[in-house]
Amino acid sequence: MMLLSVEGLTIEAGGRRPILRDVSLAVGRGEIVGLVGESGSGKSTIARSVLRLLPSRARVSGRVLVEGDDVLAMSPEALRRLRASRVSMIYQDPRSSLNPVRRIGDFLTERLVHTLGRPKAEARATAVELLAAVGMRDPESRLRQYPHELSGGMLQRVVIAAALAAGPSLLLADEATSALDVTTQAETLALLRRVQAERELGMLFITHDLHLAAAFCDRVHVLYAGTVVESRPAKELFDSPRHPYTAGLLACTPELGAPRTIRPVPGRPPSLDDAFTGCPFAPRCPHTTERCTTRHPEPVAVAGGSAACHLLEV
Amino acid sequence: MIRKLAGLLATLLATSFVIFGASYAAPGDPVTFLAGGKENLTPEYISAIRAQHHLDDPFLVQYGRWLGDAVTGDLGRSLQYNDQVSDLLAARLPSTLGLVAYTTVLFVVFGVGLGVLAAVRGGRVDAAVVAGTTFATSVPPFVLATALTSLFGVQLGWFPVMGGGSPWHLTLPAVTLATGALAIISRVTRQAMIEQRELDHVTVARASGLAERLIVVRHVLRGALGPIVTMCGLVTAGMLAGTVIVETAFGLNGIGSLLVNAINTHDFPVTQAVLLLMVTAYIAVTTLVELVQPLIDPRARRSG
Amino acid sequence: MTAVATLPQGPAAARPFGHRAATAFLGVVVLAAILAPLVAPYEPDAVDFAATLAPVSGDHPLGADQSGRDLLSRILYGARTSLVGPLALLAIASALGVALGTLAAWRRGWVDAVVGRVTDVMYAFPGLLFVVLIVAVFGNGMTTAVIALGLAYAPTIAKYTRSLAITECAKPYIDAYRVQGMGGFAICARHLVPNMARPIVGYLVVLFGEGLMSLATLSFLGFGAQSPSSDWGLMVKEGQPAIVQGAFLPVLVPGAAIALVVVSFNVIGVRLADRMGVRGS
Ligand SMILES: Nc1ncnc2c1ncn2[C@@H]1O[C@H](COP(=O)(O)OP(=O)(O)O)[C@@H](O)[C@H]1O
Ligand SMILES: [Mg+2]
Repeated sequence: MMLLSVEGLTIEAGGRRPILRDVSLAVGRGEIVGLVGESGSGKSTIARSVLRLLPSRARVSGRVLVEGDDVLAMSPEALRRLRASRVSMIYQDPRSSLNPVRRIGDFLTERLVHTLGRPKAEARATAVELLAAVGMRDPESRLRQYPHELSGGMLQRVVIAAALAAGPSLLLADEATSALDVTTQAETLALLRRVQAERELGMLFITHDLHLAAAFCDRVHVLYAGTVVESRPAKELFDSPRHPYTAGLLACTPELGAPRTIRPVPGRPPSLDDAFTGCPFAPRCPHTTERCTTRHPEPVAVAGGSAACHLLEV
Repeated sequence: MIRKLAGLLATLLATSFVIFGASYAAPGDPVTFLAGGKENLTPEYISAIRAQHHLDDPFLVQYGRWLGDAVTGDLGRSLQYNDQVSDLLAARLPSTLGLVAYTTVLFVVFGVGLGVLAAVRGGRVDAAVVAGTTFATSVPPFVLATALTSLFGVQLGWFPVMGGGSPWHLTLPAVTLATGALAIISRVTRQAMIEQRELDHVTVARASGLAERLIVVRHVLRGALGPIVTMCGLVTAGMLAGTVIVETAFGLNGIGSLLVNAINTHDFPVTQAVLLLMVTAYIAVTTLVELVQPLIDPRARRSG
Repeated sequence: MTAVATLPQGPAAARPFGHRAATAFLGVVVLAAILAPLVAPYEPDAVDFAATLAPVSGDHPLGADQSGRDLLSRILYGARTSLVGPLALLAIASALGVALGTLAAWRRGWVDAVVGRVTDVMYAFPGLLFVVLIVAVFGNGMTTAVIALGLAYAPTIAKYTRSLAITECAKPYIDAYRVQGMGGFAICARHLVPNMARPIVGYLVVLFGEGLMSLATLSFLGFGAQSPSSDWGLMVKEGQPAIVQGAFLPVLVPGAAIALVVVSFNVIGVRLADRMGVRGS
C-alpha cells in the first residue's frame, strides 16, 4: 500500500476553472516525490488537502488516501490524530509559521502536550532531542527563546524539528527552502534528506524550481493550472522532457558551463479566471495545433511515466 | 523607558499649566473669579484672597507655588465647603474608585467575551454583536442612566434609585459606564481576533491537529491580547471622566459629582484639584499601558 | 494560507436598509425643527399645572412634564437647539481645525511641531474634561458650551486635515502652481482646501453624532443650555426628578430622541467612512 495516494482529486472554489483538476499522484515509504509548477498552479492546495485544510466553500471530489485511510472522509477525531501524528507539513516562510509571542519550546511541545496528551516533562525532553537532531546547538536554551531571536535558517530547523515531533510517516515540504538564502537552503536540504533517510519517511517535496526537484527527488510531477502535465522519474524528466511546458521550464533557467540561450516561457501563468476548453498550456505553447485548443489532452504513457499532451498521442 | 517617563512629566506639566492658567483667562478680575464670582466684596476679603493666592507675585512664581503645593498634597481650600480640598477628595475617592473597578470588571469580562463570541461564531451572532455595539455607542451614558433607573430602579424595583454605598447601589451606574466601554472593547477584540486568525501560524497550529478551542485560546486570543489590553487600559483611564456624568445621573457622592457641583457653585480650587487628579490619573494609566506592552509582546522588548 | 473557517460577514446586508431608514429619520427631524411652530400643538414653554406629568393622550401625544409642558412640542422645538448646537460647534471646530491642519501640513517644521504639541496637551484631557475646564472659567451657558466643544474638536479635525493635506501636497499640481509663482495662501485657499472638502465633510458627518451627544451631555450636567430652553439634554436633566414618581416620559422622550438621532448619524457615518475611506475617531 502506498503511503500517500491522491486519486482523481478535483477542487473547485468559485473560480472559472477548478483549482485542481483530476490530480493523481502517489508517495511510497522512503520515497521523495517532487511537485513542480509556477506559483498559482495549485501545489500548496494539493499539500493542504492531504491535511484536509481546504479552501472555504470548496467542492471536492476524488480521494486522498494516507496509508489507505481516506482523509477527505474521516471523522474529525481521526483527522486530528492524522494531523497530529501521521502527517507533518513544513512551510515556505518559517517566520510566519511560528506564533511570534510564544516561545520555541511551546511551539515544539504544543502538539505533544495538547494534542497527544503526553506529560510536559517528557515533551520537553523530546523537544531537546529533536533540536539536537536537526543540528541546533544548546537546545535547552533555545526552548526559552522567541522566534524573533532566531535567524530564518534556524527557525526552519525548528519547524522541521516540530514536524518530526510525533514521529510522522509522511512529510509535506511546501517550498520549505524557497525563502532561505542559498547557503542556508543547502544546509536545510541536506538536513531534510538526512532526516528523511534516517526515519524512512515518505516526502512530498514541493518547489517551483525544476532543477532542484530533479536533483532532490526520486520522481517528479509537473503541475500546470491545476492539472498534472507530466510525471516521470527525476532523471528521465530532466534528460528528456516530453511535455512542452516541462521543456520550457528547463530552458528558462540559466546554467553554468554550456552557454545556451535562455528562453523564458512566453505569456504569464494562468489565473483562476482563465477557463480552458482544451489544453491549459495551449495559449503559451510553441507547438499549438487546432486540436490543442478544443480537446483536453489525456495522459499518455511515456518512458517511465506519463505526460498529457496531444503531440504525444499518435 | 526613560524617554517615556520624561514625556509623561512634560505632558503633566503642560496640562497642569493649562489648568492653573485657566483662572487667569477668566473675564474680569481674577479676585472676583477666585472668590467664586461674588460681587460687592469687602476690601478686607479681597486682600485676604490676594494674599491667599499670592496674586501680587509674578505669574510664574504663583504657578510654581501652586504646583509645589499640589505635589505635596496641599490643594487649597474649598470655597463652598470651607474644607481642605485634599480632604474632600480623600473622602470621595473610594466611591469613585469602587465604581471604576466595578465597571472595569464588567466591561473587560463582557466586552472581551462578546468580541470573542462574534469572531468565533461569525454569521448571525457576529452581525448581532456588531449591530448591538453600534447602538450601544450611540446612546449617551446619561440617557442610558435614566432609562436604566426608570426600568430597573423604579418600574421593577430591583435596584436602589439613588445614592451609593454598596455594590448593589453601584450596579446600575457601573452597567451604564460599562455599556459604552464594552462596545468599544468587543469591537477591538473582534477585529484583532479576525486579523490574528488569518495569520499563517494559526493554520500551522491547526495543521498540527490542535483542537479548535485551543487554537482560539492559545493562538488567536493570545495574539490579539496586545490591542485588547491597550484598549482596556485606555478605556479605564478615560473612565474617570465618565464618572462625572454617571455620578451626577445617579446622585453618587464621588469626585465626578464633586466636580459638577464645584463648577455650578464656582468653587474653582475644587474644580482645579479634581481636573488635575483626573488628568494625572489618565496620563499615568495610559503610560502604564505602554509600559506593559513588552510583557505581552516579546518583540517589543528589544527596543526597551 | 487557506482560510479554513469562513470569514464572518459584516452586517453589510442590513446596512442599505439601515442607511435609508436613518436618512429618512433625520430628514423628518430636520423638517420638524424647521416647521416646529406650525406642527407643535402647544408653545414649548406653556405651563399647565392641570396637565402635570400627564400620560400619553390625545391632548398630549407624548405626555407632559412636571410643569405640564407638552413634551411633543418641547421635543419639536428642542430639535432646533439640539441640531443647531452641533452644527455651530462643528463650524467652529472645522474652521479652526482645517486652518491649523493645512498650516501644519503646508509649513511643516516648527509650525507643525507646535500644532502637534498643542494637540497633545488637549488630548491629555480625557473625555469632556477640557470643555469642563473652559466652562468652569467662562461660566455655564449654551454659547460657552458650543465654543468650548468647538475648541475641543478642533485638534481632531486638524489632525485629520493634516494627514489629508500632506498627501495632497505631494501631488504634482501643487508644485505646478508654486512654479507659476502663486502664493502659498492662494494655493491653500483656492486649491488645497477645496480638494480636501469631500473627505472633510464626510468626517464632519461622522463627528456630528458625537458632537450632538457631547453637547447634550453638557446640557444634562447643567453646563450648556439653561432653563427654559427645550434642549433635549436639558429636558432629560429636568425630567429626572419625575422618575421616582413613576413618570418616565419626561426623560425617556428626549432621551430616545437623542439616541435615535445619534444612531442615525452613526449609521450614515459608518457608511460614509466605508465609502470614502474616511476614518472615524
Ligand atoms: N482559500 C482559497 N480560496 C480560493 N482560492 C484559493 C484558495 N487558496 C488558493 N486558492 C487559489 O488556488 C490557486 C492555487 O493556489 P496554490 O495552491 O497556493 O498555488 P501554489 O502553491 O502552486 O502557488 C491560486 O489561483 C489561488 O488563488
Ligand atoms: Mg504555494
